[in-house]
Amino acid sequence: MKDAADLLARALDAIASSADLEALDAVRVRWLGKKGELTAALKALGTLPEAERPAAGQSINAAKLQVHSALEARRLELERRQVDQELLAGRIDVTLPGRGEEAGALHPVTQARLRIEALFARAGFDLAVGPEIEDDFHNFAALNIPENHPARALHDTFYFPDGRLLRTHTSPVQIRAMLARGAPLAVIAPGRVYRCDHDLTHSPMFHQLEGLVVGENVSFANLKAALHGFLAAFFERDLAMRLRASYFPFTEPSAEVDISCIFCAGAGCRTCKHTGWLEIAGCGMVHPNVLRASGVDAERYTGYAFGAGIDRLAMLRYGVNDLRLFFDNDLRFLRQFRAF
Amino acid sequence: MKLSYSWLKEWVDVPWEAGELGARLTMAGFELEGLVTSADDSILQLNVTPNRGDVMSLLGIAREVAALAGKPLMGPVRRPVTEALADTFPVQVDAPADCPTFCGRVIRGVNNQALTPAWLSARLHSADVRSVSPIVDVTNYVLLELGQPMHAYDLATLGGEIRVRHARAAERLQLLDARTVDLSADMLVIADRDAAVGLAGIMGGARTAIATGTRDVFLEVAFFAPAAIQGRARRLGLQTDASQHYERGVDPTLQLRAMERASELLLEIAGGRAGPVTRIHSNLYQPKRAAVGLRAARLGRLLGTSIAPESVQSVLSALQMTVQDAASGWQVTPPPHRFDIAIEEDLIEEVARMVGYDTIAERAGETVIHFPELPRARPPEAAVLELMSARGYHEAITYAFVDPQLQERLFPERASLALANPIASDLSAMRVSLWPGLLRAAAENQRRQQERIRLIEHGVCFAVADGAVREVDTLAAIACGERLPEQWGIARKERAPLDFFDVMADLELLLAATGAADAFVFEPGQLSCLHPGRAARVLRAARPVGWIGELHPQIVRELDFTYPPILFELTFYDALRVDPAAYAEVSRFPMVRRDLAIVVNENVPLSALRERVTLSASSLLRQCRVFDVYRGPGLETGTKSIALGLIFQDFSRTLTDEDVDQNVASIVAGLRVSLNAKIRE
Repeated sequence: MKDAADLLARALDAIASSADLEALDAVRVRWLGKKGELTAALKALGTLPEAERPAAGQSINAAKLQVHSALEARRLELERRQVDQELLAGRIDVTLPGRGEEAGALHPVTQARLRIEALFARAGFDLAVGPEIEDDFHNFAALNIPENHPARALHDTFYFPDGRLLRTHTSPVQIRAMLARGAPLAVIAPGRVYRCDHDLTHSPMFHQLEGLVVGENVSFANLKAALHGFLAAFFERDLAMRLRASYFPFTEPSAEVDISCIFCAGAGCRTCKHTGWLEIAGCGMVHPNVLRASGVDAERYTGYAFGAGIDRLAMLRYGVNDLRLFFDNDLRFLRQFRAF
Repeated sequence: MKLSYSWLKEWVDVPWEAGELGARLTMAGFELEGLVTSADDSILQLNVTPNRGDVMSLLGIAREVAALAGKPLMGPVRRPVTEALADTFPVQVDAPADCPTFCGRVIRGVNNQALTPAWLSARLHSADVRSVSPIVDVTNYVLLELGQPMHAYDLATLGGEIRVRHARAAERLQLLDARTVDLSADMLVIADRDAAVGLAGIMGGARTAIATGTRDVFLEVAFFAPAAIQGRARRLGLQTDASQHYERGVDPTLQLRAMERASELLLEIAGGRAGPVTRIHSNLYQPKRAAVGLRAARLGRLLGTSIAPESVQSVLSALQMTVQDAASGWQVTPPPHRFDIAIEEDLIEEVARMVGYDTIAERAGETVIHFPELPRARPPEAAVLELMSARGYHEAITYAFVDPQLQERLFPERASLALANPIASDLSAMRVSLWPGLLRAAAENQRRQQERIRLIEHGVCFAVADGAVREVDTLAAIACGERLPEQWGIARKERAPLDFFDVMADLELLLAATGAADAFVFEPGQLSCLHPGRAARVLRAARPVGWIGELHPQIVRELDFTYPPILFELTFYDALRVDPAAYAEVSRFPMVRRDLAIVVNENVPLSALRERVTLSASSLLRQCRVFDVYRGPGLETGTKSIALGLIFQDFSRTLTDEDVDQNVASIVAGLRVSLNAKIRE
């Protein structure tokens, strides 16, 4: 059956070379249509000798089937190409920006504060708050800073005509927290504080973090561990910390807290004034007078307290070199803090 | 204070070079703030904390260094003063409690025009003290060396006697610096027969001051009780070296030694003959140095480490404390120069400081399982700010004190609290709203060519009512400029300046996050800083919780805004208190929607329309949406058409047309009767 093989070969050839669905349909008509060549070959079977007919019929039918499936495959292929072409015509410029609103951001000081709050919350500290307008008792007297105490000169205090004042530190919250909750307790009190001082490194309003832990066996060694743990967690690095003897009326012993400079790792740079250390907080064991003023048994309980500048922590974390930028509210500055 | 390293070496054999000394002193509580090294000396700038007046001298630092280094304290060779005169000057102390010791001495025939030797003026200079004349220089030198303030009077100007007394009513005194001060009765003065000649422990008077030609001198070396001096100088706007020393405490046993040292130096430099020292000394009022108990167990408990008893004893002894063994520790008596050791903790600090804070190992505190309060209703600050920042707002932090003029312009009806000592007059009024700060910040940003401004702030405002101040936790926002950032695909027209309703959408989104969206009502209201026709009071369950509105056009002009700012302000807790979500069943049956275009008079607010619809409909009405507000052709002037989408649904069955028709008919009838509404076909 040389004829059938030849027909098949030619038909498959025509299918493969058809360029579109229209051409493919013409191929179908030419080979499989009523007057198609394979149809005609089948009709011509009768002209063959009787003995050859079955074999010839079989091979023509087989050829028909193959042509059928080749047509179908080619049709799917051509349809897919056509769809692709149509889709490509609807192509967009995916490099154009999206439409709509831009995002704002939380203030970097708030971001630092929220991070601090989250860290201390996980360590088991409660959040405590107090008023920004304070009286002499909470801001000074209860903190062991009596009238005329030289330490008052270090606090450039904003006063109101009636003698009340804007709190100069968050330490009064210590007093309020102990009076309200009693011992034992572990609280932090972040908040706004005020000093009438305004220059390159001072803002009349800034943010402090107060920490207070009171319990039956709370020690200076615990204070060191807590501060070091917090500072390492806040800055996400292994940093050295040192406590230097210092003086605060409301703690005894008292210390200033330094960390190894996070910019030069202690080698000395402009930020750390080439000392390798950054002063980051003040701390100490709560003075018994403060415990007593807050209704806590100073013999049974001991406690530690610390205070740090949230703005300073934020400045270090974000590399901000001028405190006043925080309160300028310049959108070009604020926009830089959109990261989560 | 400034400290000369070479001078210190005369007092103690310092085993460290200047830098190392500075580092040691820093750790021991005297922070090195600067170090200037020259060929022949190093000057250390040290920060001495206010509790350690005893360290504000060469002697004081030397004592600390000797203790730290385990070296003996030396000091200059003392030469006895020959009393070549018998002259004394009468002294009377009327206030022995405030002046327990007073020493006076007459020195005659001094040449005050003699040259102060270079070594002495160099040392004064190293401490930033100017050389003036031999008499003044010597008193300054003794202060630097021993920490004992002194005063020298021109004997010829003193009338009859010296009297230490309290100031009299309406007494005035002209000071050395030529200022005249009004004295009050709690101020201690040095007076002669006629009047006050000096403010005790603070500054001498002008009338009796040493002059170039002074020949006869009366030297005063006193111990004034710290409580008699503290605060007085500050009250008068003064701060002198003497007052700083006396406020912190001068060694009450130092006066004779200082008198001898000053006399010795003065005679050496400027000649003259000294009389005997007159010393008025009241034993009764001498500061008492009581023994303070120190328990070994308490020491260990407070520091969280154990320190060997021998170490405790040796460091305290090195600080010139008298240490005696006691049952469970020690009885420790501080030396006279220490005014800061009164309780056990003070001693514990001394021990810790001397052994070094860095020798105390860190130890984690005991873990206590504890669940804090976490009230579901408390508005979550971070989430609130994040929601707003997702809507394009940047968080601002502005000062809590604002310009009183701006604040009064915005809120003439609200009283505010004024600072007694503001840093500037435009930062003197405590804010009654966050708007003054936000408006200023927005104006500043506009000046910096930021045309699109959205700011949010969370902070305390200070409301004054009946003389009482209430701190109100407040959230406020300001928005002005284009509705959307400049971008492709959105026509400039679409980005037109945002208006009330753009900001209302932000506010509604925020309020919906409380879970109580339905509890909020916006009521047309008047606030003098807002556009009278574009302001609403925000009510939650009928209680006022804030305002939203457009800045009054007059103020827009005054503040030079290009686009009128829209503002809102909420009381943080009351407005944003969270109603925890509670699941409500969802109907499985289909919704039916009917749209109505209702024509009403212009002055009928949507809220009235909505209220009437709700009243007239049955419980099948699920929702009433507004999808268009139209004014213009086809409508009478003074009317508007509001298109409502009414959505009906039942929980138990599919609604029929009749159910819905009945409801719509009743709604339409209600609107006609109560609001004179017409239905637009």
